[in-house]
Parts: sequence; structure tokens; C-alpha cells
Amino acid sequence: MSKSGSSENKKSTFGMVIKRFKKHKLAVVSLYFLSIMTILALLAPIISPYDPNQVSTAFSSPPSLAHWFGTDQIGRDMFSRLLYATRISLFVGFAATVISTVIGVILGLVAGYFGGVVDIIIMRITDTIMSFPYILLVLVAAAIFGPGLWNIILILGFVDWPGAARLVRGNVLSLRETNFVKGNVVAGMPNRYILFSEILPNTIGPVLVYATSVFAISILDEAALSFLGMGVQPPTASLGNILNGAESITILTSKFWLWVPAGVLIILLVVSINFVGDALRDAIDPSAKE
Amino acid sequence: MYNEEERKPLIEVRGLKKYYPVRGSTISKNRPVTHAVDGVDFEIYEGETLGIVGESGCGKSTIGRQIVALEKPTSGHVLYQGESLSDMATGRLRKIRTQLQMVFQDSTSSLNPRKQVYDILAAPMLYHGIIESNMLDGEINRLLDLVGLPKSMKHRYPHEFSGGQRQRIGIAKALSVKPRLIVCDEPVSALDVSVQAQILNLLKQLQDELKLTYVFIAHGLGAVRYVSSRIAIMYLGRIVEIAATQELFDDPVHPYTQALFDASPLPAPKLRGRQRIVLKGEIPSSVNPPRGCRFHTRCLHAIESCRINDPELLIVKSGSNHKAACPVLLAARGEYNA
Repeated sequence: MSKSGSSENKKSTFGMVIKRFKKHKLAVVSLYFLSIMTILALLAPIISPYDPNQVSTAFSSPPSLAHWFGTDQIGRDMFSRLLYATRISLFVGFAATVISTVIGVILGLVAGYFGGVVDIIIMRITDTIMSFPYILLVLVAAAIFGPGLWNIILILGFVDWPGAARLVRGNVLSLRETNFVKGNVVAGMPNRYILFSEILPNTIGPVLVYATSVFAISILDEAALSFLGMGVQPPTASLGNILNGAESITILTSKFWLWVPAGVLIILLVVSINFVGDALRDAIDPSAKE
Repeated sequence: MYNEEERKPLIEVRGLKKYYPVRGSTISKNRPVTHAVDGVDFEIYEGETLGIVGESGCGKSTIGRQIVALEKPTSGHVLYQGESLSDMATGRLRKIRTQLQMVFQDSTSSLNPRKQVYDILAAPMLYHGIIESNMLDGEINRLLDLVGLPKSMKHRYPHEFSGGQRQRIGIAKALSVKPRLIVCDEPVSALDVSVQAQILNLLKQLQDELKLTYVFIAHGLGAVRYVSSRIAIMYLGRIVEIAATQELFDDPVHPYTQALFDASPLPAPKLRGRQRIVLKGEIPSSVNPPRGCRFHTRCLHAIESCRINDPELLIVKSGSNHKAACPVLLAARGEYNA
């Protein structure tokens, strides 16, 4: 009996969030688009008509029935490569976001809750990282550790956390002063309970919103690095290194199918992630009614 | 009403001082501090309700936080059954502190908005092993019943309740860990008047049923008078007068107490003949409290020695526990020879 009552209420809170989210039409469309792209990316090995690295005899051939998005300079099917590139780009963005958010949340929680010397040390490290020109830091790190899929994920993950750490720390500082946290201190509850069961659930909302913007930025960064040749290495396709092929002026002017789809895809992914993030911000705001 | 000599104090507050650094002044060496509580001594006896009254900023809530060990005193001690809370090892304090609970003023922020009442109440009881998990459901029903809430509400979230109901949940949470003393920090001042009475009656009834000891902090005299067996009046971090409720209202000694009573619309027949005292000026800053008696800047009876000598709490009448920190008026009554 108790269980059913509980799930009913949880559903209503959750339902409220969905209701408010649905008011943002663009965000709903974006969410559908992202879902479709994610499914396509996940199913790439099944859907793609060709092996993305398989070379055919048609070099730089324009879109046709056999090759929907044409072929590249060495005759690889662009449609298959785009599917796999989306898969890689989404994966890099997602993994980097998870790593940076986890690091940021843990450091922010610790700094905000314990304060004092711990806080000072963590926040000075945060300030140091934030005071470097971002893209330079990423480039230098990529140059030191070498390009490659996992290196890129780790570099982006370890460079993006300061924002999340600051956000969480700020939230914790205000939550620490709330009566429900004090009440649990008075009730003799241990720090780990107060941190993870009382404070963390109340910061999840802003963190989630922040994470969507990190996700979008990570996809852009991966594209930028791969475009510069410091990111995901060929023959593995990523949206950035497909654009890399568009450096020559002949391709830009006469072989649009080699760069337009990848470019448009990056824009659409980033824009729709940001729309979803904005709507999420409004939807989970507890002070909002209806 | 009570014979204080025979009862052992549950809490003894000894020389308690709590200073807070003033914000935005971290660089200079002698940084200014707010003297929130500046040397208070008193006892809380088992089963009584000690009311602490004073205007905002006088340090009454700070005392409350020291009693439940939310903050460490700058100096002095809060002794619980003779043992200093600030000297206790963390593990021991964690066990002991369940016996000292708190009910907060703002019932909205005193409950985690993301948790159902059930979870809010269950966590401390499970952590401290107060109840077996198979008995938990019944215990939560019992707690809700105790504070007058239907048990069907236990799976609701705090925002689905009214202010009075939330305060009841706050009380249930405090009770869940089987405390001996509850510090009620202005528990009703944020509520409607009709609801205030309900909560005050609930607190009184719970005290009788569970043999609780209360520290009742408030700035209004009405509620304090209704629930308290003894009252301490505070001004700028000091206790200026402390006495059993009836004694204090019958015969307020300290000029600040008199002014406080005059300012409240309570029927106080003994005071009617006298001219009403209306305080002039603002309460002085607690960063630089006045030397000597803290009240001398606004006091009608202040004489030269008030600016120099820091008055102690003195017994008003031999044989009673009525104490006041005003040697001038006590000397005028002829009962204290200065």
C-alpha cells in the first residue's frame, strides 16, 4: 500500500517536470531529433549500407542512389561515415561530460561542505584551470598526450570540470545553511548521508542543466580538435575529421556533399542540445508553478 | 511551582561566549567580531520550559544553536549532564546529540523539499537503530498521530502541506530520535495566530506525555508566557533577568524587562499604576557593545557607575531564584546593598 502511494506521488512530481518541459515546442522537437540521432548512431553497424572504411572505385562521386551522400576522395560511402561519425562524436561528448560532471560534483560538494583549507585548495586549482585559455589548454594537452579517441575524452573531461565544481560549491554553500541540513546535523546523521542524500539531490537539477551545455561544448571541441588533426584519428570517422577533408578550396566550392552534411549535423546537434538544456532549466525549477 | 534546589540541571551553560567575525574584513589582524552571546550562565532543569526572550540580534537563537551543538562556543561551555558538548569526541557527540533536538522557525526550509515525509522521518531512526526496519511503518504512523497528522499523509512532499502542518512534521522529526530536550527556535512566529495556539498546545501536551524539557526561544511575550515555567530576558548578548514566569510578570526588576512588558499588550495589573516606559533610540551595535551595563545607553535609571561596572546577575529576593542584573534598582528596593 505504501509503495503504491509513493510511486504515485513521485510520478506527479516527475509529471510536472514533463508538463513544463512540453511547453517548449522547440525543445520537444530537439529532443525527438536527438533521440533519433542517438538511435541511428547506436544502430550504425546495422543500418549503414557500407563499411565506413571500405574503399570503392567511385572517388568523390556526388550523391546517388547507391551512395546517398556521395563518396569521399578515396571512395568511402559518406552516409555510412556520417552515421559512424555521429556515433563517435556523441560518444566523445557524452563520456567527456560524464567525467567532468562527476569530478566537478564531487569536488564542489567537498569544497562547499567542508570549507576551510579544503575549500581554498580546491577552489584555487579550479581558478588556475579556468585562467588558462581554454582551447590552448586542450591543444597543448592533446599535443602532449597525443591524439586519439580516449585521450580526447579524458582531456575534455579533465578540462571541463571547474564550471561544474563552482556551480555545485555555490549550491552547497547555500544548502548547508538550510534548516533541513542543520536538522540532520542535530539528529546526528553522518556527513556522507547529509552530503549524498540531503544536499546532492537538491543540486542535481542545476547540474543536469549545466551538463547539457558541457555536452554541447564537448561535441564542438571534439570537432575542432579533430578538424585540426589533434582529435579522433582517421580512418575512424568523426564529424570533425570529416570536415578536415574540406580544407581545400575545390572541395568547398564544388564538392558540397563532403562537408555540408557533417557541418549541418554538428550545428543541429549542438543547437538541439542547448534547446533541451534551456527547457530543462525551466522545467525543473522548483519555484515554478504548473 | 517547582523546587529548583532538588532538581538536577539537565543543561548547564557556563560563561558561554560566541563571537562571529564580521564579514568582509578578513585581511586586518584585529578583525571586528559580533558579540552575539557575551558571557551567559544559566541552568535548564529536567521537565521545565525555559523561555528565552529578547529582540532580534540579542543572541537568543545563538544560545539555542550552542545548546544543540550546532556551533562551537568561542569560550565557555554547554554541559549536558555535567559533560561539555564542545569537548566531546565526534562519535560520542553523534550519539548524545539525538537527545538534544531542535525545532526551527522556518518550517519551509526545515524539511528537504525532495523527500517524502516518510523518508524524512525514517532516516535518523534507522541510522541510530532506534527502530527495526520491520517496525518502521508503525513507528512513523505513531509519530504522525502524536503530532496530530493523519498517517495517510506520510507519502506526501513538504510543499503539499500548510505551514502549521509542516511545523508538526518538524516536531515529529525532532521527536523521532527520542530526545530529552528540544530547543524550539521561534517555532510559531511564522504561523497564523490561530495555528500558533494549536502548535503551542501540541508542544505542551507532548511535554506532559513524553516528559520533555524545552528551551523556547521567542521575541513575543505572549507565547513564551503561555508555555514557559521560567523565563530569561536577553539584551545584547547578556541575560539581564531570569525568573519563574509568574515571579517575573508579577515583579519585573530590570528596566529593560519593564520596558519590554510595557511594550507588549499583555494585561499586567501590577504595572498599570506606573508610568509606561518607552525605550528611546536603537539597540547599540553588537560589534562594539557599550562598556559597563549594556543597557545604560537607553536606561532611565542609569547612573555614573552603570557606564563603568559590568553588572552581574544578582538574587532579587533571598530564597527565590529570581535574578536580575541591575544593582541600581535592586539597591533602590533596599534588598541589595551595593
